[in-house]
Amino acid sequence: MGNGEKKRELILAFESSCDETSVAVIEDGNKILSNVVATQVKSHKRFGGVVPEVASRHHIEQVTLCLADAMEEAKVTYNDLSAVAVTYGPGLVGALLVGVASAKVVAYAHNLPLIPVNHMAGHIYAARFKSEIKFPAIALLVSGGHTELVYMARENSYQIIGETRDDAAGEAYDKIGRVLGLKYPAGKNIDEMAHEGADTFAFPRAMMKEENFDFSFSGLKSAFINTVHHAEQVNEKLNVNDLAASFQQSVVDVLVYKTERALNDFSVKQLILAGGVAANQGLRDGLDELIGKYSGIELLKAPLNLCGDNAAMIGAAGFVAWKNGESADLSLNADPSLEFEWI
Amino acid sequence: MNILAIDTSNETLSIAILKNKNLVATITTNQSKNHSVTLMPQIANLLKQVNMSITEIDRFVVAKGPGSYTGLRIGVTTAKTFAYTLSKELVGVSSLAVLAAPINEVNTVIIPIFDARRDNVFAGAYLRENNQLKNVIVDQHIPLEKLLEKLSDYKRLFFVGVDSHKFAERIKIVLKDKEIQFSANELDYPQAYYLGIMGLAQEPVDIHSFVPKYLRLTQAESQWLEKNQESNDESLVEKI
Ligand SMILES: [Zn+2]
Repeated sequence: MGNGEKKRELILAFESSCDETSVAVIEDGNKILSNVVATQVKSHKRFGGVVPEVASRHHIEQVTLCLADAMEEAKVTYNDLSAVAVTYGPGLVGALLVGVASAKVVAYAHNLPLIPVNHMAGHIYAARFKSEIKFPAIALLVSGGHTELVYMARENSYQIIGETRDDAAGEAYDKIGRVLGLKYPAGKNIDEMAHEGADTFAFPRAMMKEENFDFSFSGLKSAFINTVHHAEQVNEKLNVNDLAASFQQSVVDVLVYKTERALNDFSVKQLILAGGVAANQGLRDGLDELIGKYSGIELLKAPLNLCGDNAAMIGAAGFVAWKNGESADLSLNADPSLEFEWI
Repeated sequence: MNILAIDTSNETLSIAILKNKNLVATITTNQSKNHSVTLMPQIANLLKQVNMSITEIDRFVVAKGPGSYTGLRIGVTTAKTFAYTLSKELVGVSSLAVLAAPINEVNTVIIPIFDARRDNVFAGAYLRENNQLKNVIVDQHIPLEKLLEKLSDYKRLFFVGVDSHKFAERIKIVLKDKEIQFSANELDYPQAYYLGIMGLAQEPVDIHSFVPKYLRLTQAESQWLEKNQESNDESLVEKI
């Protein structure tokens, strides 16, 4: 290292909370040196959804392979690393345990600090690869397992201000996808169909009148299913693109409305959109339109290729946690129902 | 050769450090509520007590199954990651064979058993010949009644493991004309020292492809296979 040359800080990160095994090497919290993702989606397609025991079994097949590829692609050695970060929750317990066990071994074997990362903080920090996060900020997190609004007063601080009372938005997409006979996972397909159709069914928008930041999608899901079943009974053929568009518009309206409410109540510099469903074009368009109403707030959308689960985002969030002195010891366990604190 | 042996395949957690066939240190606990929490601190502690560094371990030996799926995954993930990240050897040994290993009976078939619930067991059968364990009935997931049928060819039987006592009545009734013994006390539980000894004698395996021997498909997979006879050759997991 030459005089005045800054040492680069490298985080090795593990993610295995659901059906992707991923290992990444991240430099200074914002540069991806490698981000190896092994997805099991083909396997779970056989069953129409993620089977936890099958997911756990695939993780153990993949974990050292992903580690090997991540280190090789990043062209680094263990001596170059500053810390090892790992998702310890929320997620499927058996799946999380594989990543946690592997990360603990690497940290211990190479004398590196172990940084526990909340998967949802990881999703938020996927946006860090687009640009810097400015505080205070609000994040709208939308995925297969979660739908929540998170307030970040400052770096490494996460507080929930609202969340779904029932289904996550992504879950609702998968369920109506099944009703339409679409292959799992159906989110992308419905998004594309929605763009070919129009909002003609006027499905309900839940909890719009309530004075909170919570969401609900089960009423919408039921209305959708009833509409389809009723049409089947009377032998009426419905336009599936219009069905998709109507469903999606209802989801987007609720998400955008509650986000708008949050932006009015909290003074923030940025709105961050992240999570698996953040790749949804309808939602991205809806938030673009919303942010146009606010001159002082910047909309920061997680890059499309980092919206799904990956270890790069865990490395970015882990870097911030590490800088703030967080670490875990070798007794770190998976916490399947890990949650941020409520405000 | 320095060996670290790890068995987390059931409720018992057992680890041992060996220098060739000699025991350096071992710890076995039946109070580990959660192997995920206790395994790594126990390994670190044991090494510290004997003033060894993890980098001095040449071979990681792990009980590869059958057993509790979660327990197996914690042990196997830990062992395979150690072997990979430190460029050392990895060996997997049957969790049932580990139970059979300390039983010193000749001309007797040794049957380690784990309860697999609903009258099913994980079991295998072993014979001690020339001081080696020979597997005579492969480890499998099997209804207890079927196992006992298979054992009717043998005259002297030695059942091993804490779970074997649960089935003692049934075994004695079905195999009433045989000479039957059951393990007692410390022989009821796996001891990683024996795991290490067995691991010393085996060839190292390919680290990346090493997975637990669950000996049982998941329910989702077996149901899917019933409906989809044609074999699925495509890879189910893809790098993206
Ligand atoms: Zn996720």
